[in-house]
Amino acid sequence: MSETQHDAALYKAPVIAQEGPSSWLVYTTGLVLALILTATSFWVANTAVLWEPGIPLGLAVLAIAQMGVHLVFFLHITTGPDNTNNVLALAFGVLIVFLVVAGSLWIMADLNGSMMPLQPMNLRMQH
Amino acid sequence: MNIAAEIRDVAPETLTEVRPTATEAGPAPKRVVVGYGFWIFLLSDIVMFAALFAAYAVLVRATAGGPAGPQLFNQVSVAIETACLLASSYTCGLMSLAVNSRRRGAFYLAAVITFVLGAAFLAFEIREFADMIARGATPQSSAFLSAFFTLVGCHGLHVTGGLVWLLVMMAQVAVKGLRPVVERRLLCFSLFWHALDIVWVALFTVVYLMGVRP
Amino acid sequence: MNLLGKLDWSAIPFDQPIIMGASAFMGLLIVSVLGWITLKRAWPYLWNEWLTSVDHKRIGVMYIILGLVMLLRGFSDAIMMRAQQAVAAGAAAGYLPPEHFDQIFSAHGTIMIFFVAMPLVIGLMNYLLPLQLGVRDVAFPTLNSVSFWLTASGVLLTNVSLVVGEFSKAGWVAYPPLSELQFSPGVGVDYYLWSLQISGIGTLLTGINFVTTILKMRAPGMSLMRMPVFCWTALASNLLIVATFPVLTATFAMLLLDRYLGFHFFSVDAGGNPMMYVNLFWVWGHPEVYILVLPAFGIYSEVSATFSGKPLFGYRSMVAATMAICVLSLLVWLHHFFTMGASANVNGFFGVMTMVIAVPTGVKIFNWLFTMYGGRVRFTVPVLWTIGFMVTFVLGGLTGVLMAVPPVDWQVHNSLFLIAHFHHVIIPGVVFAVFAGVTYWFPKAFGFTLDERWGRRAFWCWFIGFHVAFMPLYVLGLLGMTRRMQHYDNLAWQPWLLVAAAGAAIILAGVLCQAVQLIVSIRTREQRRDLTGDPWNGRTLEWSTASPPPAWNFAVLPQVAGKDAFWQRKLRAEPPAQKPEYRPIDLPKNSPVGFVTAFFAVVSGFSLIWHIWWLAGVGVLGAFVATLFFAFRDKDEIEIPTEQLVRFDRAHPAGVAL
Repeated sequence: MSETQHDAALYKAPVIAQEGPSSWLVYTTGLVLALILTATSFWVANTAVLWEPGIPLGLAVLAIAQMGVHLVFFLHITTGPDNTNNVLALAFGVLIVFLVVAGSLWIMADLNGSMMPLQPMNLRMQH
Repeated sequence: MNIAAEIRDVAPETLTEVRPTATEAGPAPKRVVVGYGFWIFLLSDIVMFAALFAAYAVLVRATAGGPAGPQLFNQVSVAIETACLLASSYTCGLMSLAVNSRRRGAFYLAAVITFVLGAAFLAFEIREFADMIARGATPQSSAFLSAFFTLVGCHGLHVTGGLVWLLVMMAQVAVKGLRPVVERRLLCFSLFWHALDIVWVALFTVVYLMGVRP
Repeated sequence: MNLLGKLDWSAIPFDQPIIMGASAFMGLLIVSVLGWITLKRAWPYLWNEWLTSVDHKRIGVMYIILGLVMLLRGFSDAIMMRAQQAVAAGAAAGYLPPEHFDQIFSAHGTIMIFFVAMPLVIGLMNYLLPLQLGVRDVAFPTLNSVSFWLTASGVLLTNVSLVVGEFSKAGWVAYPPLSELQFSPGVGVDYYLWSLQISGIGTLLTGINFVTTILKMRAPGMSLMRMPVFCWTALASNLLIVATFPVLTATFAMLLLDRYLGFHFFSVDAGGNPMMYVNLFWVWGHPEVYILVLPAFGIYSEVSATFSGKPLFGYRSMVAATMAICVLSLLVWLHHFFTMGASANVNGFFGVMTMVIAVPTGVKIFNWLFTMYGGRVRFTVPVLWTIGFMVTFVLGGLTGVLMAVPPVDWQVHNSLFLIAHFHHVIIPGVVFAVFAGVTYWFPKAFGFTLDERWGRRAFWCWFIGFHVAFMPLYVLGLLGMTRRMQHYDNLAWQPWLLVAAAGAAIILAGVLCQAVQLIVSIRTREQRRDLTGDPWNGRTLEWSTASPPPAWNFAVLPQVAGKDAFWQRKLRAEPPAQKPEYRPIDLPKNSPVGFVTAFFAVVSGFSLIWHIWWLAGVGVLGAFVATLFFAFRDKDEIEIPTEQLVRFDRAHPAGVAL
């Protein structure tokens, strides 16, 4: 299980490739993109530039884009063959997050809808 | 591509010549194993945040007659926190580059700047919390506030843990140098630090930006 | 400031004879074991070879021992409940006051799920995965040790609650508002929450460890579709662990915040929402049972293939069914609370999904049947457990499909019908599988097989006893008896409960048979030595090693060219083309970090339960410092020299198959 040359059966994978000749450029590009997207998010949220009911969706899109920038430029998640397991794991994670959040929201909203309406009369009747 | 059509001992050199597929090549190198394991851990951590997010989303209107987001959130403070954390993610990336090219001085510089930016994030966040509590918006006053403090606070705790880890890593580099085990741990740290920024994106979008308007 | 928080002498229930008796018995047991170890001067051996071991085989065995010991504790709780319900009809009050009975049913469920089933299943996966995958250990051996000791910490805390304080009375699920501070002001729920939070971290780390091992560490040539099916089921199970244990952690954290800091997640006032606990708990809770049953299905796959002398039927469909169950198990959780006010749309969706998940399970049953069909089946003890499972589990599963229909569930939810159902699936599903697996792999781990005769007796007692104990519960559920009743007035129920108690006694006979089996097997082990490493004519790679395998598992990692890698080798019966190329092997060094961090975890947990804040801080700091010591250690590997490898292989020639 060590990296030394002791184990004959261990496949000698090539050294983890350095992240390209201009990796500084990769990180800096990521930073710039992220800054632009972040600023846009704040702008959208705090002004009336986007149609009001569409703001949550717009913010969500911008947030997903920012996460994508982080994943690609900072975490180097690509679609190369060596990365398949990483992408699959990420997809699995996204699925779980979706199920937990969306599922909970759906169920809790549904349960809420079945609750008795809160009227002042009911509160008085609780004693 | 067949590695071995028959069962026999295969000399190591032929293995490297044949270039088997990733799944047939035998155990992966330690760096790949450690990186992947930590990636899985990060995904599990994100699931934990998802549960807290779900709780927040369900309880966001449960203000018990008390203050809600728009009355409490300070967009300027959040913008500064976001900038600090994003910048620290960038300097963390520079730190990784320094490690890869074995530039110890650059490593320490980037690490210190990352630390300072992370600490600044925390300072602003703690001040934000203190302000809210001083105004009577305590986590004990409503379900919404319980959920808010827990979700954002959990992220803050992770950042705190990250800062402690960064200090330990700086000590490790000083004591052990950039040997493979230290490099792997630094890889894990940078994965962690970037992931925290990803969680923060979700946080500031959902909690603060979407919470601007009632 | 009170140095001992809430802790004082009144924490020990001197006025409750049953609890004091049980505590004394437990204390006596522990003191005897510790004393025996001391007499045998075995502490250095135990410390160096087991407690600080990072070897997956040692850790696996320790998990299983932990699980089996806790099975006795959980089963004692069951016997007490059956005894109480058998007598407490009408005018008779029984012997267990309600507050005690409530702790017993809460402890029974908590212990059985978290401290019996999980450790047993995880222990078997721990032992087998590296061996079946043809590698030397899991991805993170030291983390493995940490995981085990954190689980043991949870066990210790739960058992301490018997003597100092009390356990939760809120059931193994601990629903608010009952579990909130307002209605459970004692320490019981805190014991529950901290035990499970601590062991939950251990389990999550195991999930990460095993997923990484399966996906990144396999022998050369072993593509995913050449893995044993047990490894596929382990992959699905551990993916579920990674996906759902964090949700449980978050949920318990929210309840802890409510209880300790007055938050309002699940409170009845200030906007809290108790139903959200129920929702989030079952997001974890349903996948949890699949976490347990999927590796169990894997065990049945291995056993049925080996003892039928045939490859497992339908490998691809087994893999597909396994991964389908993995995903589907994340889509059914609401069926645990159909009756809690959701609309027809929501209930309908989850009802349909619950029925759908029976389909891939059915595929598996058919595959096992077709594996055995046309084979030369050897009716060994593991096969008895497997057939017992198939016959029993299908019926239990059917009752589940029945309850998946929301209107039906409205009638039987939280009645004994439900209790009967889930025991009807989990006992044959998981417990029988563990027994089959332990019997099957025992010779690999210890070098000798278990006595067959006592194994058969144990099986029949369990099989018959299970049915006698649980079939009456279906009737009782339909007669209207709800769960968790300490006393009842409907005398028509009593005969059925008497039968159920008799069933528990028969199962007890089965457990005694198993204890005798162990003793007899150890006494007569020389007659049943496994000298070849392959006592069952197995198909997978673990049988190519000596029994027990050396620390390094394989001196040279095997080359794999197809499924059932070991079987292929035996078919070809080729001698090795050349002498194996031995090279020195680096193994990870043992470390006390698991044991020490767990010790501090227990300190923290206990202090938090009793509000001894300064000690809790000490515990956290201690764990952190222990981790630092580990992080800064100089040597992290030991080298096994070539001569040792050669010597071992020479001493175990049949175990060397290349």
